[in-house]
Amino acid sequence: MKFTLSWLKSHLDTQASLTEIADTLTRIGLEVEGLENPAETLGGFRIARIVTAEQHPNADRLRVCQVDVGDDKPLQVVCGAPNARAGLKTVFAPPGTYIPAKNFTIAKGVIRGVESGGMMCSPEELGLEGDSSGIFELPEDAPVGAPYAAYAGLDDPLIDINLTPNRSDAASVFGVARDLAAAALGCLTTKAPAPVVGAFPCPVTPKLDFAAEDQKLAPLFALRLVRGVKNGPSPEWLQARLKSIGLRPINALVDITNFMTFDRGRPLHVFDAKKVAGDLIIRRARAGESLVALDGKTYALDENVVVIADDKGVESLAGVMGGESTGCDETTTDVLIESALWDPANIAQTGRKLGIVSDARYRFERGVDPAFTVPGLELATRMVLDLCGGEASQIAVAGALPAPAEPIDFPLSEVERLTGVALDPSDMQATLEELGFTLAATQGNAGHLQVRAPSWRPDIEGKADLVEEIIRLAGLDRVTPTPLERKGAVAGPVLTLLQRRVRGARRALAARGMVEAVTWSFISKSEAELFGGGAPELALANPIAADLSDMRPSLVPGLIDAARNNAARGFGDIAVFEIGQVFKTDAEDGQFTAAAALRRGTAKPAGAGRHWDGKTASVDVFDVKADVFALLSVLGVSAQAVQLVPGGPAFLHPGRSATLQFGPKNIVGWFGELHPRALETLGVSGPLVAFEILLDALTAPKNRPTRAKPKLELADFQPLERDFAFIVDKRVKAADLIKAAQGADRQMIVNVGVFDLYEGPGVPSDKKSVALNVTLQPREKTLTDVEIEALSGKIVAEVAKKTGAVLRA
Amino acid sequence: MSDLQKLEAETLAAIDAAADEAALENVRVAALGKKGSISALLATLGKMSPDERKSEGARINALKDKVGEALSARKTVLKEAALEARLASETLDVTLPTRASGLEAGRIHPISQVMDELTAIFSDMGFSIAEGPDVESDDYNFTKLNFPPGHPAREMHDTFFFNRKANGERKLLRTHTSPVQVRTMLKNPPPIRVICPGRTYRCDSDQTHTPMFHQVEGLVIDRKAHMGHLKWVLEEFCKTFFEVPNVKMRFRPSFFPFTEPSAEVDIQCSRKGGDMRFGEGDDWLEILGCGMVHPNVLRNCGLDPDEFQGFAWGMGIDRIAMLKYGMNDLRAFFEADVRWLQHYGFRPLDLPTLAGGLSS
Repeated sequence: MKFTLSWLKSHLDTQASLTEIADTLTRIGLEVEGLENPAETLGGFRIARIVTAEQHPNADRLRVCQVDVGDDKPLQVVCGAPNARAGLKTVFAPPGTYIPAKNFTIAKGVIRGVESGGMMCSPEELGLEGDSSGIFELPEDAPVGAPYAAYAGLDDPLIDINLTPNRSDAASVFGVARDLAAAALGCLTTKAPAPVVGAFPCPVTPKLDFAAEDQKLAPLFALRLVRGVKNGPSPEWLQARLKSIGLRPINALVDITNFMTFDRGRPLHVFDAKKVAGDLIIRRARAGESLVALDGKTYALDENVVVIADDKGVESLAGVMGGESTGCDETTTDVLIESALWDPANIAQTGRKLGIVSDARYRFERGVDPAFTVPGLELATRMVLDLCGGEASQIAVAGALPAPAEPIDFPLSEVERLTGVALDPSDMQATLEELGFTLAATQGNAGHLQVRAPSWRPDIEGKADLVEEIIRLAGLDRVTPTPLERKGAVAGPVLTLLQRRVRGARRALAARGMVEAVTWSFISKSEAELFGGGAPELALANPIAADLSDMRPSLVPGLIDAARNNAARGFGDIAVFEIGQVFKTDAEDGQFTAAAALRRGTAKPAGAGRHWDGKTASVDVFDVKADVFALLSVLGVSAQAVQLVPGGPAFLHPGRSATLQFGPKNIVGWFGELHPRALETLGVSGPLVAFEILLDALTAPKNRPTRAKPKLELADFQPLERDFAFIVDKRVKAADLIKAAQGADRQMIVNVGVFDLYEGPGVPSDKKSVALNVTLQPREKTLTDVEIEALSGKIVAEVAKKTGAVLRA
Repeated sequence: MSDLQKLEAETLAAIDAAADEAALENVRVAALGKKGSISALLATLGKMSPDERKSEGARINALKDKVGEALSARKTVLKEAALEARLASETLDVTLPTRASGLEAGRIHPISQVMDELTAIFSDMGFSIAEGPDVESDDYNFTKLNFPPGHPAREMHDTFFFNRKANGERKLLRTHTSPVQVRTMLKNPPPIRVICPGRTYRCDSDQTHTPMFHQVEGLVIDRKAHMGHLKWVLEEFCKTFFEVPNVKMRFRPSFFPFTEPSAEVDIQCSRKGGDMRFGEGDDWLEILGCGMVHPNVLRNCGLDPDEFQGFAWGMGIDRIAMLKYGMNDLRAFFEADVRWLQHYGFRPLDLPTLAGGLSS
């Protein structure tokens, strides 16, 4: 909310400087967001009178002036303005003055051989409007030596405060002044409005037409007619007030209501009485009704909107905006002034639904001072009579003031309990009283007070609010930092298994050369559907953009977007990963934590791009498989425990992908090459491989009673290695060959590797050659050749039996 | 010159002349081999008289030893030369570039790094880390946090909603991490010390607002935690996080529906030359909101506000990351531009610890 210092001072008598006022506002919770002070920027400029002006000896267009700036003797100033003449009163900038429009600071100088002790200025040079073909021409009575800004009325700083939603009491200049007075920054000078005696009964009767349970929608409605007014432009002072905070003056009657809104936080409405037919009924709107409001727009209404209607229909939206057809203009002679109370929640709902932002709505939805409903009407009537003349009726009232809130039982010790600050009880009581609270002793309990909040503080509900009032005026700087007790000498571990795994996974994937991205939690519907999501329950009702509409079922679409965008910038070989939330349902347990990564182009684990050390290879499924198993290892998940099933979701290449699972019911992820169709749909080209693992689906390590590692068993005999080349059907999986070989002797065989794979000439077209290296670890004694031969034969037989492979000749 | 002297001179000359180990071996065989010249001389000893044998034997054996030493010395020289030659031929251009390893190329996103920094600081102060779902109920995101239905404070949140279901329920994306406070209080009895980092969402977008951002919430509930403790926690946090010996903070009364009294906190800073520095200067920068947990919130979470009390605070993780590490556009955090990530990201083993320093 904006207001000027002079406006504030129309309610507050204070000697405090602007800085003190601004600091106090911020300190008591009315944060100053902006402070414009022309007097400060223009502080150096003074009023001066040119005593003599003579031709410069060395320049045709310059004059050498003797200027009276209010000091003992005149100063010599060289001036180039055509209107620089003896006797002219103008604006002078002494050396050291900052010239805003020119962005420089004037200094003493010598101009064409003549000394010059300052500068005479045009309006433009001060950043002001006005004739700038020459220097200022001030009236004869302008006081020489005085600061120009003060003389010109420019020294009225504009203060902009950021009003929090609870402080409806400060949504007016008067309210701000009242809070500053409570903070002992000055005295509130504004008195309660004097009633205006009505000369005749109000000819229009307001009627509240609500069901019993709806009474709260409009508790009180006061109305008064002023007849015989002359409406026109409001006086200069009122227009200036409104303009100072950026409002456009319209006519006196409308300006008065705006003034009351900002000056006193009391929104009013004025009807042109001649345009109102019959009495005013305050009621819920009916479906199908509509109103052309003062903003010229037509609003369709329903029964949730409270309206003021006459015999013709709806004339005004209660507390939000009036109707165009009954508005006041220059022809208005009889005016009905309305001052009412509305239900804040209903006003907020109406304003939101109709999309109307108005100064009245702003105040009513936060809560206006109910006790000021009728006094506000009296004050407005006085202004109308003063500015527009006329004769006022008596006030017609419908409804009644709601009962004030019950007093709060307040132990003064509550302040120290919540803030740690011990304040003098009498100071605390004084603070509350300054703020308008009414205090009463609690019978038989000396430390407790019965505290009743003033009518203008609807936000005060309980003890904590009173603590806040006391501490905000005492100053939050009174709160002393107090150490929290340590829980133990050494801080213990706090992370959960999943939190540890997330952190470990992040470092592990980065260590494999990948870059961590954080992408949007929402993606487009088509992407969501492609990756198994897109359920209606996970679609936003109000997405910020059409392609950010559905909660992501997978991290991979976001990473693919990243790959595409980076490729478009010329970075096609990228390895990125993300660890974050994915959404399967909208339930609490429908959100999972996934780790996913993507490699594109040549971004292999060894590095991307071309290199002298070998041919440039594209990423392939084994790169992401290696990523997955590195990750599982870091997370403490045994590679043997994970089952790997060829194939995966539909967005993957069916022959170059695998599903990771701990049994068929517990699928934890996948890796593979993206399906060419999926890439096409997503508008990105390959080669592109990816993996995704649900970290919360991984098994937890067993709880062990000790941190000691299992005993290390070292064999006394050297291991030995034997190689076997098998010819086998192409469709047989390497894993089955390995498993069969291992099965030949689970004690002796400690490792089986694949060291060669061959298809081509020499091998039938439906077969492949797979070469295994088998490591044998003797335990008891060195193996004899006969024993080794026997074991080799067993391996060949076992592999043949399980897979149909034969030893290559 | 005797024959023996001649043989010595010839043999030593041949040894010197041998250009490689193979030539040297030929010389050795020619002199000391079975049919070698010196071996032949030795064979003549058997036919000599004992006296003659004695004198000639000594001379021939001396020659044999001398030749043997010369062979061995020459062999060492030739072996050394051969090794030199091999090494020379094996020379590689070691200025050829190597590939950057994963440890050099990988990056951690600044948000993750800052979350790890937060964890390091607050775990030392005895805080655990609580998390909650992004898809929340209206009840946990607003009502239990003392936002009455229809209150203007709700409107200030620019909430993303899901479609209303047949049963009237309408889920939303949490607008702050405060619902995790509620979940924590409902689940765990006091004393409570948690921080709740996570993603939050508001329907807003410009240079300093993105529809998705990250917040961290702090909550302390026990029987005596007051604003003095709150101030201490925040001051200690800011000092440690921004890695400055002192910070000056300014607490301003403010409003949040879920705290009472409430405050916003500014931190002293200087912006000389576009560089943000904390603990000096005469500017103030708003950094977080905080307050004593509102009695209604405690009640809504099953705690008696006359028995239990505590405080909470919330701040933007992305925002404090920007302030500490100097990024100026929040939107770039979520654009996954590898150039940005490489520049502002952290290396895989840059683990923030209190012992080693958060960012050194």
